[in-house]
Order: sequence, then C-alpha cells, then structure tokens
Amino acid sequence: MNKKQHPRIRELKFTLSRIFRNPSAIIGFSLLFVFVTVAVLAPYIAPPKYAHNPYLMPHKGYSQTPKPPSSKNIFGTTSGQYDIFYGAVWGTRTAFKIGMFVIGVALIIGVCLGIISGYYGGIIDEIIMRVVDIIFAVPLLVLTMAIVVAFGRGLDKVMIALALVKWRDYVRVMRSSILTLRELDYVQAARVMGVSNFTIMRKHILPNGIYPVLVMASMDIGSMVIVAAFMSFIGLGAPKGYADWGQMVALARNYIVGPVDDPLKYWHAIAIPGACIVLFVLAWNLIGDALRDAFDPKQRRR
Amino acid sequence: MTTYIIRRFLFLAFVLFGVSVLIFSILMTFSPERRAMAYVKSPQQVKDLPIIVKQLGLDDPFHIQYFRWIRQVSSGNWGYSFVAAMPVWDAFWYYFPITLELNLYTIPIIIIFGIWLGTVSGIHRDTWVDHSTRIFAIIGWSLPTFLFALIILMFFYGYFNVFPPGIIDDGFNVWIRENPDQFKRYTYLYTLDGLLNGRPDITLDAISRLVMPVFTQVVVVVAILLRVMRSSMIEEISKDNAITALAKGADHHTIYFKHARKNALIPVVTVAGWLAAYSMEGSIAIEYIFNRQGIGWWLANAAISLDLPVLMGICLFFGLVYVIINLILDILYAYIDPRIRLN
Repeated sequence: MNKKQHPRIRELKFTLSRIFRNPSAIIGFSLLFVFVTVAVLAPYIAPPKYAHNPYLMPHKGYSQTPKPPSSKNIFGTTSGQYDIFYGAVWGTRTAFKIGMFVIGVALIIGVCLGIISGYYGGIIDEIIMRVVDIIFAVPLLVLTMAIVVAFGRGLDKVMIALALVKWRDYVRVMRSSILTLRELDYVQAARVMGVSNFTIMRKHILPNGIYPVLVMASMDIGSMVIVAAFMSFIGLGAPKGYADWGQMVALARNYIVGPVDDPLKYWHAIAIPGACIVLFVLAWNLIGDALRDAFDPKQRRR
Repeated sequence: MTTYIIRRFLFLAFVLFGVSVLIFSILMTFSPERRAMAYVKSPQQVKDLPIIVKQLGLDDPFHIQYFRWIRQVSSGNWGYSFVAAMPVWDAFWYYFPITLELNLYTIPIIIIFGIWLGTVSGIHRDTWVDHSTRIFAIIGWSLPTFLFALIILMFFYGYFNVFPPGIIDDGFNVWIRENPDQFKRYTYLYTLDGLLNGRPDITLDAISRLVMPVFTQVVVVVAILLRVMRSSMIEEISKDNAITALAKGADHHTIYFKHARKNALIPVVTVAGWLAAYSMEGSIAIEYIFNRQGIGWWLANAAISLDLPVLMGICLFFGLVYVIINLILDILYAYIDPRIRLN
C-alpha cells in the first residue's frame, strides 16, 4: 500500500474495500444506484404533464376503478385513473426528498447537541439529555402525528415533524461515542497544547465519533420513508394525486379485494407502489448493515 | 437497591412532567377557539365558542393554563372525543382492551421467537441458518407494517377468504350487546370472555380475526430482537469462560444454553423497552388496516379528524407506558446484573 497517502485516505480505502466485499452492500448500492438514476432522470423517463408542479400525477378521467397495465399506462392506473408509472418515477424523488431532509436536519441537530453535551458535560449535558429523555418517552409515530396535527396537514409538515422528533436518537449515540473519545490521549494532548474547544471538536472528535451515527442514519432514511408513507396513507401527508408512494397505496386501499370472480384483479395498484417503498427501504437497510460491519472495530481487522 | 429504585421513581415523575409540558406546548399552538372545541360536550354547543374561551380562560398565560389542565387531567377530565362520541377517559377504557389483547398475543410470540432464532443463528454463525435469519430480519425490517398488513389482507381475506378483518363477527357483537346477562364481560378480551362464558365459538371467531394482525406484527417487530440476541450470543460464545469450558470438554449444549445464553440475555432486556414501543407503534397501522377499534385505530382517526383531546391523552398514555416499562426493565436489569445495583 502506498505509504505516502494521508492516513485518513488510506483508512477510507480500506473501509471501502471492506464494504464492497460484502454481498449485501453490493445489492444495496446497486438498488440505490437505480433509484438515484430514476430520480435524476425523472423528467425524461416520465415527462411531466403539468409544468407548474411535476409532482402532480396526470390522470385521464375520474373513474374510481383501477385499470390493469396496458400499452398506454404500462403499470396500469390506480383509483382516480392516476398513472402508476408516473407516480412510481416521481415518487422516487419524493422519497429521496423525505429521507434526505428528515435525516439531514435530524443529523445536524443531533450531532451538534451530542457533541456539546458529551464534550462539555456538567449542567449543559444534564439539560440536553433530560430533554432527550422526555422526547424519547413518546413513540416517534405518535409524537409526529401530534405535531403534524398541530402544524396542519401536508408532506412538508410531516417532514418537519419527523425531523423535530428524530434528532433525539442521534444525540444519545453521538454523546456516548464522544464520552469515550474525550478521555483519549490525543484529545487531552490537543487540549494541553491550547487548541480551542471548537477546533478539537471539529477536527479531532467529530471525524472519529461520527461513524456509529452515520450507520444509524443510513438505516433511518428507509424507516423515515416508511413513516412518511404511513402518514400519507392515513391522509395526513401528501395530498391526493401527489406522486408519493404512500399516497398511491392509499388510493388503492379500497381495491385490495377485487370482484368475486377475480379477487386479485387490482393487485398492481398496491403491489407496484408497495414494491417501490420496500425496495427503497431495503436498499438503505442493506447499506446500513454493510456499513455497520465495516465500521465495527471488533470485526474490522481480523 | 432501595436508593436505586427511589432514583428511578424520581426520574419517572420527571419524565412524566416533561411529557405533559411537551404535549401541552403542542396543544398551545392552536388558537383558543380551536382548543375550546375540546370542551364542547355536544354539537349544539359549538356556537358558544367565544363564551367557552372566556369561561375557561383559554387566553390566559401558559403556566396558568398548564396547571389548570393538569388539575383537570388528574381528576379524570380529559376532554371530549368527537371520533368516539364520548369523553376521552371513557373512550380510552373502551378501546384499550382491544389493543391490549393484540399485544398480549404478540409480545410473548415475539420474545420467544426472537430469542430462539437469535440463539440459533448466533450458534450457527455464517451457516445457511444464520444467512436465512439475516435475510428474514432485513426483509422484516424493510416492510412497512401498513403495507404488509394490506398484502396479507389481500391474499388471505381476498383470495382464500379466511381470517376476516375486524374484532368479532357482527352477529356475535349484536348478540353480546343485547344479552349482557348471558355474556358477562369479565376481562373485555373477547378470546378470554368467550371461554369464561362457555362460548368457545366466540373465542374461535375472535382468534381467527387475531391471526393476521398478530402474524403481521411478529414478522415486522421480531427482527430487532433477533439481531440483538444473535450478536450478543456470538459475543458470549467467544468469551474466555465459554472457550475454557469448551477446552475442558464440556458438551456444546451445556456451554451454549447454560453459560452463554444467560449472559447473552442481558443486552436483550435493554431492547425490550424499544420492543414495547415498536409494538405499540405497530398497533396503530395494524388496527387501522384490520379495522380493529383499539387505541391505535382511535389515534389514527383522531389525527385525521383533528380530535385534539384524544391526541393529547394518547401521548400522555404512551409516555406513562414507556416510563413504567422502563422502570420495570431498570429493576429487572439491576436484578440480573449486580454491577448496576452496586454502582
């Protein structure tokens, strides 16, 4: 191995080689690659019909009964004649928006508070952690529902509410990894040398303590999409006709049981958006699983 | 040990207080008129909203209103639920047994199944057993509860026409309501009451409607327990005491189940609290889709129709459940692991 490389780069290369030895990582990243491509190329794969809001699914007619796949609608249509293919494609963008926004905001809040809490300790730590304890006492879904009801319905409100609840997880994980790092010799040495608290936190503690949080966050992107989909499903999230997988499942809800002679007639209306959610979540979970193995110091070098 | 338990009790009180402040702050983001709706007992009273606001002092400062609210809540006045068409307190006891029944069947299955699968895949690490439980866990973890419930319903009820949704057959329901003297509601759990009243047909019907919800819940929730049990089992097996025993020639069964498993269960106790929370959360989607009128169904419908007192009440209830479960777990944990008790 090239000795001249910066140790951090070398370490990163080693980690990457470990990650890609894991079959679940390969499946996960391939799935994610497909989703990213679909999201980026959405305007070309499914040209929007309404220029002002591409997230509105086009629909021909208002018939409540879903139609099976045909040459015109290759995935068929769901209740209200919304095109499932269009919804599936643009729903990918919605899913990325939800996952990235919620986890991004929650990570920023959680990591900052976790570092402050773990590094300074004392009364600041006490206050932050007790607030976290309180927020932890109410399950995520229940608290999110309460906040969404208070803010009003809508996908953006669901995203804000989730971010406002989700940060609690990262504070705890970040803090516990800081508590062990804080006592290590190189941090003490930096402090003795007179390095400012901010620099120590940014340069010495954050890069080493963030891995457990990142592993958790990669898995949470999927679970946030699930929660948002459920909120849309019960009607608190995306409005009717919005390209959101959860909302599409909700549209098909009354058609899970088809006519007597063909009970699975409308399977596509649920199965296609449902498969999108499951595969999206699966991709992130596989990636998270592989990252956890790759970053786990106990398993790392053997 | 006593000081430890006292400390936990103080913590319990603190968290409950915090949750009530948090929930009240969310409630206070509404206009006074909107909140006055919570005190309206009948649809006819709606036009008197401004008077109600004045009477109840809903435009007072935060702390005054908070303490007034706490006094009301502790005396049992939780407001009126439009969804249930009765006071929140009464409605709660009406819906609660349904959720309790679901979780009474689900949680033991999850615990037994999760610990068993986790132990097996920990012992047979990196074999096909381990790989298949791993795939099972990742799939269960990636399945949204509501979607899985819908698909299960589509196949079993739609295609095979077995395991109908709901809580109990409509005919039975009407009969039970009309004959309270012949069918006494001892526990309010249909499966038990059916047996206690000598009506196994009612029990059977209730069980057939529980099969799908319980199955859905188990598949989705068991993954967490399985993975924690597996990794903690692996850790215990590779510890010195287990290796020594192995070197002395003790048989594998003794090592795995006597030495390793006991210690491996300690970290599992810590996730049991999470498990209960996940189970409760899962109940919301399951009850909503299988049309079981329990706490979760009530909450989802209250959220849709902006039934505020219900949301607040259920948040407080979940806070209470969380705190009590954690108290039990802490005591259990201290009992299992003497290091905690002595610290």
